[in-house]
Amino acid sequence: MSQMTLSRTHAAPLTPGEFHRFDAAGQPFVYLVPSAGVFRLDEASLAVLDALAEADMTAEQITAALQPRFAPGAVIDRIGELEGIRALGPAGESNGQVPDVLPPKGFPLTTMVLNVTSKCNLACTYCYEYGEDAIVEQSTKPRFMDDETARESVDFMFAQAGSNRVVHLTFFGGETLLNFKLLKGTTEYARRRAADCGKRVEFSLTTNATLLRPEIIDWIVENEVGVTISMDGPREVQDGLRVFRNGMGSYDVILPRIQELLRRHESRPIGARVTLTSRNLDVITIYRHLTEQIGFWEVGFAPVTTASCRDYAIEDAGFDRMLGQFNELAYEFLEHAATDRHHGFSNVKDTLEEIHKGVSKAYPCGAGLGLMGVATDGDVALCHRFAGSDEHKIGSVSAGIDVERQYEFLEKHHINEKTDCSKCWARPLCAGGCYHEAHTRYGDTAAANLHYCEWIRSWTHTCLEIYGELAERNPDFLAHFDA
Amino acid sequence: MKHLKPINRKASRIEAHLARDASGAAAAGEHQPEPHGSPGEEKDVVALGGILPEVPDFPHIPLGCSLVFFPGWEADETGGTAGLCQPVERDLFDCHLACFWPAHVPDQLNSSPDWTGKCAAAQKDWRKLDLIFP
Repeated sequence: MSQMTLSRTHAAPLTPGEFHRFDAAGQPFVYLVPSAGVFRLDEASLAVLDALAEADMTAEQITAALQPRFAPGAVIDRIGELEGIRALGPAGESNGQVPDVLPPKGFPLTTMVLNVTSKCNLACTYCYEYGEDAIVEQSTKPRFMDDETARESVDFMFAQAGSNRVVHLTFFGGETLLNFKLLKGTTEYARRRAADCGKRVEFSLTTNATLLRPEIIDWIVENEVGVTISMDGPREVQDGLRVFRNGMGSYDVILPRIQELLRRHESRPIGARVTLTSRNLDVITIYRHLTEQIGFWEVGFAPVTTASCRDYAIEDAGFDRMLGQFNELAYEFLEHAATDRHHGFSNVKDTLEEIHKGVSKAYPCGAGLGLMGVATDGDVALCHRFAGSDEHKIGSVSAGIDVERQYEFLEKHHINEKTDCSKCWARPLCAGGCYHEAHTRYGDTAAANLHYCEWIRSWTHTCLEIYGELAERNPDFLAHFDA
Repeated sequence: MKHLKPINRKASRIEAHLARDASGAAAAGEHQPEPHGSPGEEKDVVALGGILPEVPDFPHIPLGCSLVFFPGWEADETGGTAGLCQPVERDLFDCHLACFWPAHVPDQLNSSPDWTGKCAAAQKDWRKLDLIFP
């Protein structure tokens, strides 16, 4: 008989399971790890967990400790329910990690990111493709993708899509619109192939907006292409780091082009994607400028990916400042969502959706699984950030995926392999963070991004509070995420 | 579930799963599993099909441990360690944390509180346990 059986007598001490406690709208909640379930507690269940937070106790000791506040029967009921959801359990027994099971082979592709060119007409200081932390040796690869490679990529995408009815084709760069001719031909070909396969294809692209000429806007509108514009904020911010090769700022060039696109392109929401550095951390000013003055529907912020030694890298004090402003915007989002009004802070919306669905990740993102990046020469990499890096190649569009290499990657990067994450309550949502960030900081895609752990936990806590508050005040808003 | 309210989708699935378990057990004519501390049977005992007598608590004995020095645990039949029935690293944690037999490990209360900081799962991470030089 196992030790486990022997310890499960009713006199066995109980210990708290793995969870994160938070309060919202005056109510107590738990976020369970690793299941990612969110439950609201009542007063007696909260008292049980509070008692156990002091020391492991048997059920008898807990009932005794909580008398006369709660009757023994009521406490035993709560212990049963809390044990059912694994918020507590017998001391000395494992709470159970996410099983070390790899995704099934032939996992269907949802999104293919096509790096149509590695050339860019801007020279942003922090660029991960050209800047000081570049990982791809640009001189060994063609600067522009050719039509044949693009068509092969589309064939590859539909072959890999398996049972997925809808596939997403994202054009990326360099500056994507430098290879506009290829985009036109590729979208036409992809539509034809989609019709042959009985699937639907959706297009999107990322651009720095410098080349948004009228004929390009026409094409975007006609093809209902989703557009994300890389832009950092008001003139003084944008022109600080997003510059042309001669050092001239790009703000005045892109502003009229963006305004024209926003005026004409109404079928898909247009978002701005802001890179935050130590030199531009004024999140709220940037947000107001991009939404209220320029008119973007959504704005997403991401800290710059860089080695810690760069002068634009964000250090601890910068992260605190950024987080403070993220929180302010997040609570502004809450007040809008509580009354069914739109708010464009996309970072909080993305996290709320993951909390609502109860996402518990074995991998931080879909790279190398449901998402792959294709380099200009047709090599397939984990994602667009690694496209063109021989070290991170997992196949090619002509020869297909090297399944052995792909699964070697998946084995090595599973959350259970990240010791540093094994005790962190935020791991169901974070799972160690971006592979590219880890590679840039630590030289290893499998490393956990320890430099922003505190920040991720704090941000996840804020999002849980907002989620709990919305669940109390306007649950219909959360139901939108079920669609 | 009467006292905990599932809020997100995953919580609803957990609740449905527990309800299914409970109704399945009821349909099979078995006793419903009772929470810890309640009188009566425990889940594992139900699975064995009978009621176990109360068993007094006694020291936890690590898996594979023997109370006397039999070959097979500390040394293999040739006197070496290559053919042990359990890898020697396995006892690093189980012996020093839970066993009445003290293992020689650094003082984690005073001088080396972070000795196991990088070793969350001994089976995988034991190589990360560093030597300590007093």
